[in-house]
Amino acid sequence: MTNVLVVAELVGGVARSTTLPAISAAREITGHTGGAFDILVVGAGSTAAAEGLGGYGARKLILAEIDGAYICERYAPVVAEIGQAGYGVLLACASSYGKDLMPRVAAKVGAGVASDITGIAADGGSLIYRRPMYAGNLFGSVKINTAIQVVTVRQSAFDAAAPSGGASATETVSATADAAASKIEFISLETIASERPDLTEADIVVSGGRAFKSAENFENILEPLVDIMGAAMGASRAACDAGYVSNDLQVGQTGKVVAPKLYVAIGISGAIQHLAGMKGSKVIVAINKDAEAPIAQVADYFLVADLFDAVPELTAAVAQLKAAG
Amino acid sequence: MKILVPLKRVADPDNANKVKVSADGAEVTTEGLEWMMNPFDEWALEAALRLTENAGTKERIGEVVVVSIGPKEATTVLRQGMAMGADRGILIGGADTNLDSGLVAAALQKIVAEEEPHLVLMGKQTADGDSGAASQMLAERLQWPMATFVATVKTDTAGESLLVERELDTGLMTMKIQTPAVITASDRIIQPQAIKNGVTADDFKYPDSDRGRYASLPGIMKAKRKPLRETSIGDLGVEATASVTYTKFELPPARTGETVFVESVDELVQKLHQEAKVL
Repeated sequence: MTNVLVVAELVGGVARSTTLPAISAAREITGHTGGAFDILVVGAGSTAAAEGLGGYGARKLILAEIDGAYICERYAPVVAEIGQAGYGVLLACASSYGKDLMPRVAAKVGAGVASDITGIAADGGSLIYRRPMYAGNLFGSVKINTAIQVVTVRQSAFDAAAPSGGASATETVSATADAAASKIEFISLETIASERPDLTEADIVVSGGRAFKSAENFENILEPLVDIMGAAMGASRAACDAGYVSNDLQVGQTGKVVAPKLYVAIGISGAIQHLAGMKGSKVIVAINKDAEAPIAQVADYFLVADLFDAVPELTAAVAQLKAAG
Repeated sequence: MKILVPLKRVADPDNANKVKVSADGAEVTTEGLEWMMNPFDEWALEAALRLTENAGTKERIGEVVVVSIGPKEATTVLRQGMAMGADRGILIGGADTNLDSGLVAAALQKIVAEEEPHLVLMGKQTADGDSGAASQMLAERLQWPMATFVATVKTDTAGESLLVERELDTGLMTMKIQTPAVITASDRIIQPQAIKNGVTADDFKYPDSDRGRYASLPGIMKAKRKPLRETSIGDLGVEATASVTYTKFELPPARTGETVFVESVDELVQKLHQEAKVL
């Protein structure tokens, strides 16, 4: 029997949606091992955030209020302290928060880590985690040998947990920062507000590559298509590096990993590193001048065309389809 | 400023789709793929070199030490690092297949104790393991402050603190971090003006590239004579127990179906609507 501690991710007094796939993974683990899962609601606005997390079947919610922005050295100690109180698995989503925090927690509790897992299985009494390697060109099944296991889960690989009803008990703990926290001064956090669906949650993602040549072209040519399709917008690393869009739109091995129902890659050649971030999509469309671009290896539909002609045409065609009802 | 940069050799990441698995699923084979410096480590090294040089005069104003864990062949990646400009190299002898993040952190902790750098600058993940855990584990072992996914670094000649911007899922965080510290590099740390060290002119622009600097021929020749120390996991007094065990490796299921080349936008829309039913 193994108890699981889910570490919630809080932003502005609300649990970020990344917490939900983590809850799904926790449910899967306890499904194999018996045991219960608790949710550590750590961060600023924990009381408000806990209100949204009480109906997911957690045995209890543990609230740890830490004001100000997330700084690992302020969060890791309480996660480690609670984590060592009877849990076999400490788990969070592999968002930039989870990826930053959990390995440090693992080192505090002497745990092995399985990062960015996409599947969970049981083999005899052991949990086996499946995880992508070599930019998703290989999958490894890994067993964690330590008494406590630390796991981060790939958001696109686990369903966002649905509420299961009930009301979890709550308790409050206090958090003390590491000495190292005094060596860090938070200056600012610039978040990019968007009305568009979140890249990691949208059913449709439309991404642009360097072939768009400018930020203006992204805005004037790609964005209308993104919006008529009600999609989230993504981009290749090259387009982000060139400054055509903000970095948080990067899809790829080192950016966001998405698996929507429809992924449209426009002017994107399909480097290994980009494929790593989207080849799990259900349907993949490529629009590219080059029929031999590597993106063809994963594309279900390929339109060989100049994006400057094809994208406005596609926008109009989709608009017409939607109008027809 | 003294910076320690860990380097890992990885099988050619641009051909990662050619990686194979043994029949019994027990081993990964990278036969036929060239060993290269982990690209993420290469960016960290390039950032470290920029932090420790006057780009205008090409004068070195600090020290960069590169370290790798691996078999004898891994010295190639250390020599490449030294050819780019690192001053010294350290090889920690040991197998580098399935390197355990905890083991890496423990080994690097020993090197840090010996070298006493101001900064450990690391790639954010390896192109093969993709775990992205060793750096945070090292920071914890050292009880040092850390900053992951760093896109820009601004410091001064004293090097007592760094102003960094971190790339998050949700935006950009700016923080000031006191050295000694552990930093991991984001994709954008080698943008032309991402690194400012208070010595290189503020308006200086490095070339726009997604690779670190090429090693010049004189650089390659000099690297052959730069000190390279060899030690081992055992010699460092690190316990070699693995905290994780890989039980199996598999290739991902191939995407089914052929690519349908459509002739027009209209055909595409029609197929997405009627055939694929995603529009």
